[in-house]
Order: sequence, then structure tokens, then C-alpha cells
Amino acid sequence: MVQRRPILSPAVGMLFLLPALGFVLVFLVFPSLWVLQISLTNQTLTGEAALRPQFVGLANFQALFDFENWMIRGYFGNALRNAVFFVIGSALIGQAGLGLAIAWAFHRRRGLLREALYTLVILAWIIPDVVVAFMWVAYLDRDQGTLNAILSTLRLGRVDWLIDHPLLSIIIFNTWRGTAFSMLLFSSALATLPPSYLEAAAVAGASAWQAFRDIILPSIRSHIITDLVLITLWTFNTFTPYLITGGGPTFRSEVVSIYTFRIAFQHFEFGRGAAVAVVMMVINLILALIYLSTLRREAVAR
Amino acid sequence: MKRVIGSAFSWITVLVLLIAACAPAATPTPTPTAAPPPTPAPSPTPAPSPTPAPVEITITCRCVKGGVNAALVQWLTETVIPTFEKQMAAKGTPVKVRLVEFGGSDEELKAQYALDLKAGKGHDVMAFDGFWTAEFVAGGLIKPLEEIVGPEVNQWEGWAQIPGTVQALLMYQGKRYGIPTGTDVRVIWYRKDLFKKAGLPENWQPTSWEDIFAAARQIKKALPDVIPMQVNAGTNMGEATTMQGFYPVLLSAGSFIFDWDQNKWIVRSPAMLDALNFYKRVYIDEKLGDARIQLIKGGREQSFAGFRDGKIAMLWEGDWFWRSVLNPATKSEWAIPNRDEVVGWARIPAREPGKGFRGQDFVTISGGTGFILNPNTKHPKEAWAFLSFMFSKEMLMEFQKIEPRIRARSDVPVTGDPVMTELVKLLPLTTVRPMLPVYPKVSQAAQLATERVVSGEMTPEQAMEAYAKEVTDLVGRENILDLMPR
Repeated sequence: MVQRRPILSPAVGMLFLLPALGFVLVFLVFPSLWVLQISLTNQTLTGEAALRPQFVGLANFQALFDFENWMIRGYFGNALRNAVFFVIGSALIGQAGLGLAIAWAFHRRRGLLREALYTLVILAWIIPDVVVAFMWVAYLDRDQGTLNAILSTLRLGRVDWLIDHPLLSIIIFNTWRGTAFSMLLFSSALATLPPSYLEAAAVAGASAWQAFRDIILPSIRSHIITDLVLITLWTFNTFTPYLITGGGPTFRSEVVSIYTFRIAFQHFEFGRGAAVAVVMMVINLILALIYLSTLRREAVAR
Repeated sequence: MKRVIGSAFSWITVLVLLIAACAPAATPTPTPTAAPPPTPAPSPTPAPSPTPAPVEITITCRCVKGGVNAALVQWLTETVIPTFEKQMAAKGTPVKVRLVEFGGSDEELKAQYALDLKAGKGHDVMAFDGFWTAEFVAGGLIKPLEEIVGPEVNQWEGWAQIPGTVQALLMYQGKRYGIPTGTDVRVIWYRKDLFKKAGLPENWQPTSWEDIFAAARQIKKALPDVIPMQVNAGTNMGEATTMQGFYPVLLSAGSFIFDWDQNKWIVRSPAMLDALNFYKRVYIDEKLGDARIQLIKGGREQSFAGFRDGKIAMLWEGDWFWRSVLNPATKSEWAIPNRDEVVGWARIPAREPGKGFRGQDFVTISGGTGFILNPNTKHPKEAWAFLSFMFSKEMLMEFQKIEPRIRARSDVPVTGDPVMTELVKLLPLTTVRPMLPVYPKVSQAAQLATERVVSGEMTPEQAMEAYAKEVTDLVGRENILDLMPR
């Protein structure tokens, strides 16, 4: 290895980093610590505890993990369970699965169909949240909804999507909404694959599934991991489902982000809301560490 | 070297991910919300003019031109504001008043207020629901009028005209926080045309729950496309669920959520179980109402539209529904042009005669809204001048022409609306909500109890148990009453 002299001395390097670190401290680290501090109090926005919040230790966390009522709708366990289904359904199976399927199906193909499909998928990704939410409410409405109009034309009957299948509705919505990212990432990953790999496999008589399993998957593994990290985090934290179901009916589509909002901004209980936010941070951190250690092991194995 | 870089890189990645994860979660810090600071109006000429540049104050309410509370917008923008501005200009102290319409729900408005006030912002004059007062005062968000403006507020001629019980709507611990617009009552509104079609009397007055069920069943049989009855339930409708639905049902079953003699919260009682069973009968057992309207976002608006279109035969609502929502003179989107012919009303009967709250045959409950001053106002004198002008006899008489109602001032009679004149007579039967800071949270627990029953998630027994637990957690074991026989 050739010894290279760094252009900047470490001290000067730090100097250049300072402004960025300052921003991170003021806008991210400080608010996070503040949230941690609020989570140990009974601080509210209205009522007596607003003026004189008291230190309550870990009581807010104990209330969250009150296992006696844990899974009753409206409690934290229910929100966590919904969030897990939502992440698995819409992020892992929906966005990553569908994104990979589309990318693979159109790998090394050109033509109108591909362009049209890619344009539509990306369009779903770039429209603002509120507009998209209105579209989906209009699409899924029992009486005037487009989907039910189609279904009843096909004589398949009407379904009350938002009331009878609220969690499924937001899973389908979020899949539709976010597939573009995974699709684009996987498309570009596949584009880096030398054509000779697949040609050799074809000559050797490998089936399409074998080629996918033994050539494609191993080659884009690190892309898949990166994709999963990012979309899991995004999906876990997204708030857009609130605009479609409001978390209801009876909290059946209440994911953790909506639960936080309800506690902090509808019930005005900042202390408990902050406690949920801290739990969310920890969950996010754990997810990130799991994925990153996998990524590290990948890199070492290679 | 490479190894070190790789490691450092991955740690930075962890940091970035952690930060990315924190960012959306870190929002519970109150942020100043959309409340444009009062901007000084541009003076037309830069040269010093004889009159000073007008002071601008803002007023806000849940009101939209042609939408919710349309009459209020009409009254403010066409009468009160122009007259006030003219008067002030004539006195040589010009003031400009701007109305900021809020189109969301009452609960959203309340959240907006709480955040605005906490951040030291907000509009100068704010429409305010009386039952928020205790909670906001305890949180240090609003201040008594005399503290904001000065002792002269107590000299206002209007106080002598507003009965103490009505002033109490916007009072807490003996201090006045605003001027109440008026009070209200709840009844059962029904469509006379649908009743006639179903073979029911057009002048209908049930005297028991069974009378209500009998009428609803007959409508269901005769008019299968019509929803016989909606009684508000569920958390989406917020306070409308408890005020228009749960409390009237509970009072007609003979009890209330609060015991006024012992100052304790009643968490379990046979009447509460009966009330929840009433909901179960309406929405689950007999399907006389559509539970969906109670569970979906925007359900209350759907119930208004259903009643307007003759798709709902009976709706439990306050007199606001008659004088504002359905009122053809207000140009509201739910107005019924021939309201006076097709809409009837009935007093809410006790479960059985004499079995209602305090042994009454009929029950109702009252609340009231009004306007308060923002303690953060930069122009307290002007804001008070405007607020007291709004509630002058002269201005309220103008309001009565558009929307006759029970006004706070006794020198402003209900005019030109026989229905409102009759509804005033229900006031001796009425009760009110406890003015305590914790009340809104107890109300949320009650809303949730009705939602659990009408969605079929819980039985009435389970919902009452869950309610008892939640309210006990809120108010403490020493402040509850359990009236269930053991």
C-alpha cells in the first residue's frame, strides 16, 4: 500500500467539520436529549401539569409496557403490533418485493411498456402526501370509491375497505406509494451486472429462477440490505396513513407514529408522548444496528 | 488505514441513521404554528397624516363562509366589523379587524389554540368552547379579562344583562375569561316527511326508550333505504359524541358521569351499563343506526348530509343543528330550504317516565361557547373594545335576524323562530358538565367506550370496565364512585 499524505491535517479537518457538527448538535442531538428529559416528567400542554410538571421517573415507560392491557386496542402493544404488520406487509413484502420483481422483470429490456410502468411507479412516489391521501380516500370509499365502482362492474360486490380492512388498506397504499425507491435502486444494481454472467448461465441450461437465485440475488445482496434498512426505517416512522384512516376504526390501523401523535397532540400528554418517541428511537437504533452488522459481515465475507 | 476508514464510515452511518430515526420522533416540542403575526397595515401616504395608522387585530372561529357556522361569518364580516371600524375611525383611533376562518374540527381548533398560546402567539380574539376553560387556565394558557385589559372590563354594561349561570360558561374560580355567546339544549330532531311516509305521527313525542325503538323499527320496515336513527358515538366526533349522544342517553337512563354532591366521578353504574346497552341495541342488535358514520372520519358531516337528504330520519343533536346547520338563512351547505315544514323535534324522554336524571321525565344538557381574549395580544384595549362591541345589544339584535337563538344577554330575546322560543323552555331540565381541568380527558374515555360498543369490539360490560380503569387512572382512586351493586 502506497503511503498517501492527507491533504488536510486532522486539526484542520476538524475545523471544517465544526459548522456541520454545530448544526447536528443544535437541531438533532439537543432536541433528542430534550425529548428524553420530557419523557421522565408528566408534562402536558394543558391542565395543571403544564405549569408545574413533575419528575415521574420511568412511570411513562411503565404505562407503555403495561402488559395487563398491552394488546387492548388503543394501547401501545396494539400500535406496535400494527406497526410490525405494516412494516412487513408494506415495506418488506410490498415495496422491496414488488420493486425487485419489477426491476427483474424489465431487466435489460427497453420499450414502451417499461417506460410507461416506470413513469407510473415514480409518479406515485413524487406526488405530495396530502394529495395522495385524498386520492386514496376517494379510491377506497365504500359508496363513491373508484375501486368499488370497478368491483361492482365486475360483479364482485362492494367492500368497505377503510372500515373492514383498515390495516390492509394502508399496507396496500404504502406499497403503491413507495415501491419506486426499491425499484430504482434494484434496477441500477442489476444494470451493473455483467451480461456475461447470465449468458453463461443460459448456456449452462439454468432456469430463470435458478439464475435469479444463484446469480442475481448474491450479486445485489448489499443493495438489498441497504434498501431494507432505509425503507424499514421510513415505513416505521411514516405518518401518512393518518391522513387515510386516522388510525381507526377503534385503533385497528393505529401504527406507532399515529399513537405518538394521538398521545402528544390530541391528548396533549407530552411526557407520555415523549416516552413513546424515545421507544421509537431505540427501536430504530436496534433495526439500524442489526442491518449494519449484517452489512459489515457481508463486506468481511467478500 | 482502510479498515479504520471503513469502521469510521460505518459509525457515521449509524449516527446518521440514528439521527434520521430521531428526527421525526423529536417533534413533541411545541412549534409556533401558522399564526401570522399582526402586520401593520400599510399607510397609503408616507407623509404624516392627521389620523394614525390603523391598529390591526384578528379574530378567529371555527367558521367558514357558506360552510360551518356560516351565519357567524356573515354577521361578523357584513355587520360587526364594518360598523366597528367606522366607529373607531370616527373616534380618531382607527382599528382594522381581520377574520381568520378555521375550517377544521373543534378538536383540531383546540389543539391549534393550545399550541399557539403555548408558543406565545395566536389571534387576538378567539371563539372558545366553555368546557375548555378550566383545562386552559390550569395550564397557564389563558388569563382573566381584567388581567389582560384592566379593571375597566368589569364596568362593561353587558354583564348586568348576562345571568350568572351563563357567565359561568367562560369563568373559572370566580374570574371571567370571555363573553359567552349563549347556551344551548339537546333534543331529538326528526324528519316529519319520513315519519309521515312510515305511518308515524308528524307531531311525535316519545315518552320512553321503547317509544323511540318502536318508531325506529317502523321506519326501518317501511323505508328500508332510510337510516332510522343516529345517536353520536365514537372518538372521531369528539365532544359531539358525549354532548349530543352519550350524556343525553346516560341522563335518560338516570345518571351522569359526575356526582355533584360528592364531587366525584361515577365510573360504574347500572345507568351507564343501560346507556351502553342502548348503543348496542341501536347499532349492533337491531341495526337501527349506521355504526359506520360513527367510526369514519368526517362522520358528523355525513350525518348532517344524511339528514338533509332525507336518508336519516332521527338525529340527536343540539339546537345548533337547527339554527345553524339546517338554517336556510345561513346559506350553509346542509341547509334545508323548507326546514320549518319537514323538520320536527322531540324532547329526549327518560328510559321510562320518571326514571331520568333527578327523577325527570325528560332530560337535556347544556354547554355554551363564546369569545375570549388572547393573553398574548399586543392590542388588549382594541381587542376588548371589539369583543364588547360584538356583544352589545345592538349587534346581537342584528345576529338574531340571521340566526335566532338563546343569547347570553337577557335584553336580546329570541325573535322570529317559534322552535327556538320553545327550546328555551327546556332550560329548567338541563344540566352542565363539570368545570374541571381533567374533564376533557374523562370525556375522551367516554367517547372511546361508545366506540368500543358500536364497533362490536367490546360488550357494554367490558367497555364500562375499561372506562372505569381509564378514568380511575386519570382522576385517582379517591375521586371515583362505583355505583354497581356487588
